[in-house]
Amino acid sequence: MFEVLQNDTLAPNVHRMVIRAPRIAKARQPGQFVIVHPEAGGERVPLTIGDADPVAGTITLFIQAVGATTLKITSTPVGESLRDIAGPLGKATDIEHWGRVVCVGGGLGTAVLYPLAKALAAGGNEVTTIIGGRSEPYIILADELAVFSQVLIATEDGSAGQQGFVTNVLQDLIDDPERRPAAVFAIGPVPMMRAVAELTRPYGIKTIVSLNPIMIDGTGMCGGCRVKVGEETKFACVDGPEFDGHQVDFKLLMDRLTMYREQEAVLLEELPQELRDKIIKVKR
Amino acid sequence: MKKTLSPKERMAIERVRMPEQDPQQRNTNFAEVNLGLTEEQAIREAQRCLLCKNRPCVAGCPVRVRIPEFIAALAEGNLPEAARILLADNTLPAVCGRVCPQETQCEAVCVRGAKGAPVAVGYLERYVADWAMAHPDQLPHEPLPAPTGKKVAIVGSGPAGLTMAGELARMGHAVTVFEALHETGGVLRYGIPEFRLPKRIVDLEVARLTALGVEIECNVVVGKTLTLDELRRDFDAVFIGNGAGLPVMLDIPGENLKGVYSANEYLTRVNLMAAWRSDRPTPIIHGKRVVVIGGGNTAMDAVRTSRRLGAERSIILYRRTEAEMPARIEEIHHAKEEGIEFILLAAPLEILGNEQGWVRGLLCQRMELGEPDASGRRRPVPIPGDTFELEVDVVVNAIGTRANPLLTATAPDLKLNKWGNIETDENGATNLPGVFAGGDIVRGGATVILAMGDGKTAARSIDEYLQKKGDHTAKQ
Repeated sequence: MFEVLQNDTLAPNVHRMVIRAPRIAKARQPGQFVIVHPEAGGERVPLTIGDADPVAGTITLFIQAVGATTLKITSTPVGESLRDIAGPLGKATDIEHWGRVVCVGGGLGTAVLYPLAKALAAGGNEVTTIIGGRSEPYIILADELAVFSQVLIATEDGSAGQQGFVTNVLQDLIDDPERRPAAVFAIGPVPMMRAVAELTRPYGIKTIVSLNPIMIDGTGMCGGCRVKVGEETKFACVDGPEFDGHQVDFKLLMDRLTMYREQEAVLLEELPQELRDKIIKVKR
Repeated sequence: MKKTLSPKERMAIERVRMPEQDPQQRNTNFAEVNLGLTEEQAIREAQRCLLCKNRPCVAGCPVRVRIPEFIAALAEGNLPEAARILLADNTLPAVCGRVCPQETQCEAVCVRGAKGAPVAVGYLERYVADWAMAHPDQLPHEPLPAPTGKKVAIVGSGPAGLTMAGELARMGHAVTVFEALHETGGVLRYGIPEFRLPKRIVDLEVARLTALGVEIECNVVVGKTLTLDELRRDFDAVFIGNGAGLPVMLDIPGENLKGVYSANEYLTRVNLMAAWRSDRPTPIIHGKRVVVIGGGNTAMDAVRTSRRLGAERSIILYRRTEAEMPARIEEIHHAKEEGIEFILLAAPLEILGNEQGWVRGLLCQRMELGEPDASGRRRPVPIPGDTFELEVDVVVNAIGTRANPLLTATAPDLKLNKWGNIETDENGATNLPGVFAGGDIVRGGATVILAMGDGKTAARSIDEYLQKKGDHTAKQ
């Protein structure tokens, strides 16, 4: 059992949870994830490890409640436990000395990006972070990211930072020879990652994305998370989740993410009306 | 009933038939197909055993169960004694009685099989094991030896690891089993379906081990959560039984379409996550027309599962003929009774999709058998130009699995063969002192009972290793 020590709401339906998991905290490296199975008879969902404290024996997860299982996890009160957490899983981020790097986070992707950006900064890189969201309440972790990076914000309605998409901000940086990055890391919704990869492609700027396909075991035994990278089929849980954004078949990834849309809708319908409204509002 | 029968009287008894659920009924549910024998049936079947001196059946069993002895106790109606003998030799008898291919092992060499039907050893093992589970208070209490003070780590809670755990616990060693998934049992949990092996049985077998003092820790992925080096530091010996859970891909166009599953994924969703139950959140695609590619037990499990998930057509596509199928004869027979179609001498060429990225069909190549290959089986050869299309909406790939490199990738000193399997000597010792391995991670995809046999063999060599190590330490 994995005790919940802290559970804060960062944005509508976005939680930061600190959980006791000493072995994972000790072994974990940036870029890795865990599989959480909240209760007997539940389902297994992959979640990125946002942060870890090996001394305190804790990991931090950032979770957006978008369906029955994530809602179950985020509504676990402090002092109660999640039944199963397995990890750390996946490959750690390859932290190279790139020089100037830009990290782009969209929505909850910002939380996934956070440990990566922190590690890149610690690795001696000059980090700029572009974080985007629908509107001001959806911009998370700006202060935390500002500790080690220059933070630029984009919102669709202009309620915070620059109005528009993260790609507009990235384009400005690329156009400025003083600020053009040697590498770009993009994490967020698939259309955003694809847009970033398409933007950097003609400039030949190395672009790393973190993929979020459907997973079950997370240990490479089923291939449910397979993605196409270049000409090869890869299992995101063991070969990734980070890949070269210029090689990823984003259309296939988006397509495979819709595989259980009907069943997910049924599960959502079975939730109490109040919770359902909350989720549907966030999902829009 | 007479207690001792003459050989002639024994020879006159006909082999028992296992009562089964009706095929038309059972292909709509996940309840067990084989219903088990009654006490009367079991005792009568036990009386068929001639208690021959050669006991070839014992040698035919990979864990060397004293078959004539437990059967003789059963024939006398002495179930506590039958259970005592069986449980001493086999850590998982309720599992083995259900899933072992007895027809190629103990029953294949039964003297009675030379003329007529062999003794139904598997059915009797199942009967005694189930009786033992139902009557724990009637089992003789066997005291454990004094603790040796030695600690052994076991990686994987599948058949090899669980057998190893039981053997070592009975020798007085402190055992901790590390399992990557959230439930124990390995392939017994995620692979073999409920209708062949109810998960309640796995729970009970595992509970018997924890009652012996075996510690089991789930959610520990060795290679990630802990490394082999850490285990070697913290334990006196390590056994690796993490299986061969990496699906071999078909490597044909369309493999990533929606509706294409590896058998591992399909069966994990249904067995481990109980996706067949409407009250569970893990989803599965309920195909109307399902094709399963392969001819092994995994293929039979997957295709029979698809039928139970409501498929109108469930098809096995196999590149050789039925005679070459590696699946158990009983499973092939059960599958046919349940309305599974067999398309033989055909191989997949391409999975066809629609505009939304879903499977709509499978393009297949007709084959014929050519010359025998290295395995001695006649090799399937394509018949040029002879192709056909199957209209299907789910494709399950059950062509096999390989060693998962998750652990070995972080243990560079461990010697592997060219397929990524761990190399061991005949006693399960690897090239690293104190590290042993067995089951599918050594053999590649094999059977439950062979993995258990490896666990039993390696347990003896670990015990020897620990004793030597103990002496050595004492001398210093």
